[in-house]
Amino acid sequence: MELLVASAIGVLTAAGVYLILRLRAFPVILGTAMLSYAVNVFLFSAGRLTINAPPILQKGVETYADPLPQALVLTAIVISFGMTAVVVMIALGAFLETGDDAIDIPEEDK
Amino acid sequence: MSQISTLLPIIAALPFVGALLPGLMIRAGRNVAASSAALITFLALVMLLVEAPAVMRGEVLRADIEWMPILGLNVSFMLDGLGFLFALMILGIGLLVILYARFYLSRKDPMGQFFTYLLLFQGAMLGIVLSNNVLLLLIFWELTSLSSFLLIGYWKHLPAGRQGARMALAVTGMGGLAMIGGMLILGDIAGSYDLDVILSQGEAIKASPMYLPALLLILLGAFTKSAQFPFHFWLPHAMAAPTPVSAYLHSATMVKAGIFIMARFWPVLAGTDAWFYIVATTGLITMILGALIALFKDDLKALLAFSTVSQLGLITMLLGFGSPLAAVAAVFHIINHVVFKAALFMSAGIVDHALHTRDIKRLGGLAAFMPITATIATITALSMAGIPFLNGFLSKEMMLQEASEVVWMGNAWLVPVLATIGALLSVAYSLRYIMHVFAGKKRNDYPAEPHDPGFGLWAAPALLAVLVVLIGIFPKFFVDALVAVSAGAVVGGELPYYSIKLWHGFNAALYMSTIAVVAGAIFLSQQRWMAKLWDATPRPEAKDLFDSLIAAFVRLAAWASGGLHNGAISRYLAIFIVITVGLGFISFTGGTNVAGTRELLPIPFVAAVAWVLLVVASIAIVTHHRARFTALVLLGIIGIAVSLGFVYLSAPDLAMTQISVEVVTIMLLLLALNFLPKKSPVESGNLRRLRDGLIALTAGGGIAALAYAFMIRDFSTISEFHLANSYIGGGGTNVVNVILVDFRGYDTFGEIIVLGIAGLLIFALMEALLAGKASQRLATWADDGNLSRDRHPMMMVVVTRVMMPIAIMVGVFIFLRGHNQPGGGFIAGLVVAIALLMQYMASGFAWAQERQRVEYHSMIGMGVLVAALTGAGAWLAGRPFLTSAFGYVELPYLEKFELATAALFDLGVFLTVVGAVMLALYSFSRLARRAGEVANVDPMDFDPSLDTRPAPEDT
Repeated sequence: MELLVASAIGVLTAAGVYLILRLRAFPVILGTAMLSYAVNVFLFSAGRLTINAPPILQKGVETYADPLPQALVLTAIVISFGMTAVVVMIALGAFLETGDDAIDIPEEDK
Repeated sequence: MSQISTLLPIIAALPFVGALLPGLMIRAGRNVAASSAALITFLALVMLLVEAPAVMRGEVLRADIEWMPILGLNVSFMLDGLGFLFALMILGIGLLVILYARFYLSRKDPMGQFFTYLLLFQGAMLGIVLSNNVLLLLIFWELTSLSSFLLIGYWKHLPAGRQGARMALAVTGMGGLAMIGGMLILGDIAGSYDLDVILSQGEAIKASPMYLPALLLILLGAFTKSAQFPFHFWLPHAMAAPTPVSAYLHSATMVKAGIFIMARFWPVLAGTDAWFYIVATTGLITMILGALIALFKDDLKALLAFSTVSQLGLITMLLGFGSPLAAVAAVFHIINHVVFKAALFMSAGIVDHALHTRDIKRLGGLAAFMPITATIATITALSMAGIPFLNGFLSKEMMLQEASEVVWMGNAWLVPVLATIGALLSVAYSLRYIMHVFAGKKRNDYPAEPHDPGFGLWAAPALLAVLVVLIGIFPKFFVDALVAVSAGAVVGGELPYYSIKLWHGFNAALYMSTIAVVAGAIFLSQQRWMAKLWDATPRPEAKDLFDSLIAAFVRLAAWASGGLHNGAISRYLAIFIVITVGLGFISFTGGTNVAGTRELLPIPFVAAVAWVLLVVASIAIVTHHRARFTALVLLGIIGIAVSLGFVYLSAPDLAMTQISVEVVTIMLLLLALNFLPKKSPVESGNLRRLRDGLIALTAGGGIAALAYAFMIRDFSTISEFHLANSYIGGGGTNVVNVILVDFRGYDTFGEIIVLGIAGLLIFALMEALLAGKASQRLATWADDGNLSRDRHPMMMVVVTRVMMPIAIMVGVFIFLRGHNQPGGGFIAGLVVAIALLMQYMASGFAWAQERQRVEYHSMIGMGVLVAALTGAGAWLAGRPFLTSAFGYVELPYLEKFELATAALFDLGVFLTVVGAVMLALYSFSRLARRAGEVANVDPMDFDPSLDTRPAPEDT
């Protein structure tokens, strides 16, 4: 299972990195979304993997999944939504202002 | 012999606090502004004089306020003889300069600003001389560089002023950086940053192998500040400042700061060969070079500027000799130089003020027109020349006497001869100031009518001229005690016998002095033809060298930043990723590893399916990202796979959050995609794609390896604490939620604020877009026509409306159970937001908006406010911010249930999340409205309940 999670993180990261190196706003946004998944799962996995042991306290149960990374990732997921929304708005604004959604500054504007 | 003084911190703080006054008071007029500045200075001076008797008795006053004791940084002040002398000069001359400046500056100059800068500078200087902690001293040192920058560049409209200010800042700031290094080394050797401790460790410091680096660094700071060769070039350029600034900075304060440092650290740094050869030689060269240049300058202030350089060189040389008697001479000359040089600058300012020129070639014969000014200038210039019965004579005699005994590299005549030449040149330029400006024939081509100024302008220099004479004739009465106590502080011990008096008999100094005066006068008579020769001699111009050096740095910086930041984000990102991966690799190979011992989990079939789904979708996104709708669908698949993973791996809260965020994110991207191109063009070639692919694979491989590496190893975590205290301390069994609202409530509080800001930012961006060019583009938006004609399908309208109350109830349920079961404010907020969004989608924007009673902005505000008030409520119970409380309540007919303040906090989270998400999506919908989407009045485009079709005809 660890191998699956690790490789999934790797695949998500690789796809995300490839997409953020594209030259248009939309794939870059997709790429950051993929990277957010990767980072969230990565942080989550820092608490190690456990099954059938959610961190909900119950009488007589001793082992629980690590709650701290979960709490951190939970807010990270919500914040990454906020970030994506802002970036999308900026990209949209740039496209509507210039009629072009290329992310690099054109040669003549440098 | 140290005593506590409560006045010291007040003296040091007074100018800084008082700096506000003139800036405010200028509204009440220039006199009020100047008086307020003078009052502040006067108060500080009075407090200093209150402490004078104790200092004169040889006591050391102290005041300590702990600031950051762990770093060894305390606000601690000390007043001994040396500090007293400098503080007296700073405040005394400061007072005179304020008086002079009041009448010097014209109506056009912003005077409030001037006095504010002046007081800031004064405070910084006082801080330097009163600090008993070297770190504190360094802070004040940097403050003098900054505030002198403001003063030198006070006439912002003059390019010369701005350039001079920048040059002074660059040179002294650079020296300041070096000095920080030197001071830290000293503190490191002494084991304390307290000045009195450092000063008591002279032997240890001189014996340390780090002595030489510390010495060089500190001297770099002192030499740049005191304009010693080869850093002397900034001082003349700083003359672009108004004359009161020059009189203050270049007589009593700024340039004396470097001298002060050398005097202050004399006990621990002086007395070695390195000290002697570096300091004394630099001083000697500076003295002669400065005097030589001064002789050939035609600008009055430039002449005085280089004479200052020369005189500072003299003092530096005396300190460099390293003998106690030379230190006495140095301290005495510091006093004398301040008195005559401040007056000289002021007299030059008066000439400039009256004649609108400072060019010596256009002056001469002014004595008849300006008798008062001429008298002041003559007395003070003669003092600078070292003529008997004036104060300059006394210290110059002492200097020559000391110089006559110095042996330099086994050579006994070199220093005496050069010192005599230096004295000779200073006689020449001092006399030139008198002869070529005030004496000589009257002219009839002055640029303006020469006249003596009003009392206000000549009062200050006249007072100083009187002092020059008084000290010169009665040195015992006026300065003997002050010199003794401050020289004693420099040496840090007993002084050998000496006597300050006019007549020492026929000694070496007298012969040297006589030669200097006679030869200097002869030299001046030959000045005109020598000046021609001087002008014809090619020599490096310091300003050009400095400018080209700065230009080279600018080019280097432009090259580096232009090469890295060329406007292509993809380039920065590639560089960033490659470097990050590289650093990770280096640290990974550099460390040691133990093998993983953690037992690995089995791979069930379902997990394998989800993994395949995720990997295939990821690869498909990369290959199909140009088709943007397809890519969006694939992104949704990945989100679901990740949520499934969270479910399986014991993270129900995360799964719920992820899936609901997924829904709103996809909706948002769909809305945005409406106004973006639906396809990405092919732009990058195969080579670039290959390069990007390699970067991506390396990064992905690296992070996968890292994740795997720690997942197979056990670790200890602070989570045990959270698990143990969640129920007892936080009153909840859902540990994740208790962490969010209780243990790490502060984090959550910050995060909802960020989320709220994001929502507001999107709204603001939308408003800006609708007001700008984008608005026209939207107004003429032509969609591709490939849209459904049924914008609000009946099925969807009905279903969403039926679902609305259910969805809201689910939201409330998730919210309420959050403390003990998976759920909570974040998830509930997202669920409710989705329920609302569905109404917008199904029934249309206008229809839904009409039924929206609460503004989303205020929802965000309310959420943050509720959370903040809940947190602040803990103060009422005398607990820190965000301490939660809970209790159990029993109501009839209901099961016993729990009430916790954390739930109220969670309500704040809930409100903020709903507000931010809705505001973001609302903003996108506004764009659609602008693009011509018609607002619907009815929830459905076709309402079957209104049967409008014609009734079938009867057959």
